Amino acid sequence: MTIDLFITCYNDTLFPDTGKAVVAVLERLGHRVAFRREQSCCGQMHYNTGYQSEAFPLLRNFVRTFADAEVICAPSSSCVAMIRDHFPKMAAASGDEKLVERVEEIVPRVFEFSEMLVDRLGVTDLGAYYPHTVTLHPSCHGLRSLGLGNKPRQLLERVRGLRLIELPEAEQCCGFGGTFAIKNADVSAAMLADKMRCVLNTGAEVCTATDNSCLMHIKGALSRMRTGVKCAHLAEILAASA
Amino acid sequence: MSVYVGHAAEAEAFPRAAETLVADTQLRRNVRHATDVIRRKRARVVDEVPDWEALRETGHAIKQHTLAHLDRYLEEFERNCTKAGGRVHWARDADEANRIIVDLIRATGESEVIKVKTMTSDEIRLNEALEAAGITPFETDLADLIVQLGEDKPSHIVVPALHRNRMEIREIFRRKMKLEHLGDKPEDLAAAARVYLREKFLSVPVAISGANFLVAETGSVVVVESEGNGRMCVSLPRVLISLVGIEKVVPRFEDLEVFLQLLPRSATGERMNPYNSIWTGVTPGDGPREFHVVLLDNGRTNVLRDDEASETLDCIRCGACLNACPVYRQTGGHAYGSVYGGPIGAILTPQLQAMQHSQSLPYASSLCGACYEVCPVKINIPEILVHLRAKAVEQGYEPWQERAAMKAASIALASGSRLEAAQKLARAMQWPFEHDGKLEHLPGMLASWTEFRDLDAVPGQSFREWWAERG
Repeated sequence: MTIDLFITCYNDTLFPDTGKAVVAVLERLGHRVAFRREQSCCGQMHYNTGYQSEAFPLLRNFVRTFADAEVICAPSSSCVAMIRDHFPKMAAASGDEKLVERVEEIVPRVFEFSEMLVDRLGVTDLGAYYPHTVTLHPSCHGLRSLGLGNKPRQLLERVRGLRLIELPEAEQCCGFGGTFAIKNADVSAAMLADKMRCVLNTGAEVCTATDNSCLMHIKGALSRMRTGVKCAHLAEILAASA
Repeated sequence: MSVYVGHAAEAEAFPRAAETLVADTQLRRNVRHATDVIRRKRARVVDEVPDWEALRETGHAIKQHTLAHLDRYLEEFERNCTKAGGRVHWARDADEANRIIVDLIRATGESEVIKVKTMTSDEIRLNEALEAAGITPFETDLADLIVQLGEDKPSHIVVPALHRNRMEIREIFRRKMKLEHLGDKPEDLAAAARVYLREKFLSVPVAISGANFLVAETGSVVVVESEGNGRMCVSLPRVLISLVGIEKVVPRFEDLEVFLQLLPRSATGERMNPYNSIWTGVTPGDGPREFHVVLLDNGRTNVLRDDEASETLDCIRCGACLNACPVYRQTGGHAYGSVYGGPIGAILTPQLQAMQHSQSLPYASSLCGACYEVCPVKINIPEILVHLRAKAVEQGYEPWQERAAMKAASIALASGSRLEAAQKLARAMQWPFEHDGKLEHLPGMLASWTEFRDLDAVPGQSFREWWAERG
């Protein structure tokens, strides 16, 4: 199968290793990965901050870029949630019938990375080897908007050498929330302090998630405090092999 | 019309208020402890209900139906309440409601009133209006009493003194009730409150209550509570005045079957409230001789007009969203500058009163969705928050730097080639801030990121560049 990669703008720019890992995993499974250069951003930051009209051209670009893609995989639960939860509403608000139709067609073909593996491709064992202690932060959008449930965990449990340690208070938000982290920096930092305490209490070497935006936030504090604990996207763990 | 919500118009913006509150060790400990306890209890009694999701759907449907026909159900309530011997008064805004209540009390010739379970009275600043008219209000709900005696403000819609622990409460009681040797055990405090309140129940002949529900079909008023103080308030005095927001009406008596399951389980983690008081008009020889209902609009019909946010009025004030909210958990309710705090307050306050006084509230959320998950009537709070943010932007409340940055980002992200150019630009511009692959001090708006966290420097090669090179 040809799987179109929607890398998402921030992964493209800040976390290219996650993209490389997704490619490695999907190719290991025998699929062809395609990358359309015209892709850019889902508009989540704009939309969630209240800049709906600024988000709209980004939706248009997404729809234009991926119009004829069969299956689209994105390694970001919040970007997939943006597409699934808000694109249909934005298209409807634009009054453009054609766009509504195209969005309706495209949305069911978009999969978050762990959904892609577990639901669409039906695999949980990627033959990965990662000899480290890991804890999983479920990411609010993955948990509540996409309902990923235990999919990320199922994937991690089949990784050789990996010891998964339960994250206490896992379902609490890390405090990122996009521009929330900037506009309400004090509360965001207080939430992050709670998350850090939980991550550090596990004693894990690595904190993982289905979303690099949460990890960027968590890592920001782990790094500032020189804890030595690192963050890695789920795809990077699944791509690791002996 | 003068619509206001407590002192929200004069309140500090959320981020500023929160900055002080997150540094309050005792407050954070109290809020965390209390919300954790209630959340755990709620989860236990919700999980045991096999048709909880269906109940939520039904609760939502009843509320949506009622709001669509609100005029009809309110008039039906008025007819039936009047028929049963009650009197119904309509108040367009806070000032009008205050005037009605003050006049009703003056007509009794009394100068003291007891109050119970009425957050709405804090919304309209009733106590101030009463005091200005020479009438002394006594709060009789234990938590409201703690807030009143402590000269404090409520911080939670169900547990108004949630931010206080028992040692602090002891101090307030000791000072105000003049009890030199009061202990700090829950039973000591409850006993002190009991003695103090019993005297009021037996001597004050006028009471003001709120209501959880009005039933249109029967003209009944419903108050649920845990202490029994409410029961005494609505049954002992000669005159009872109930102040109720117009969104509290439900069509039929049997609708209570749904809400009296949803509310206690969501609010306090109880299967049923210990006290459920339902009364209809007046009954000769039993309970108040005179009964008034003041129906309050105070901005509610404005909320109703906005299709994308009107389900805010579905709220049954259970407080589950406050207990679930990771933002509320850090700040407590005072940061919201309103009697309605937490996620529901963040959407309700800016809709009731003009946005200009509370435009920071819709941003007081990381949009994690925990509120929506627990809401017993399925109010999609995150979606309404985003809708209100769009309104704040539209009305020009957000800083110009942000608006400019968002416009620029929208242009830069509108195509793959533009993104590629922006990536190159970001890499070229970051060198003054980069240190060992990390950005530790960024300028402008981004400074509040690096105040608390590092940021990895933009790597030398983007994914798309790697892909192109790979061929």
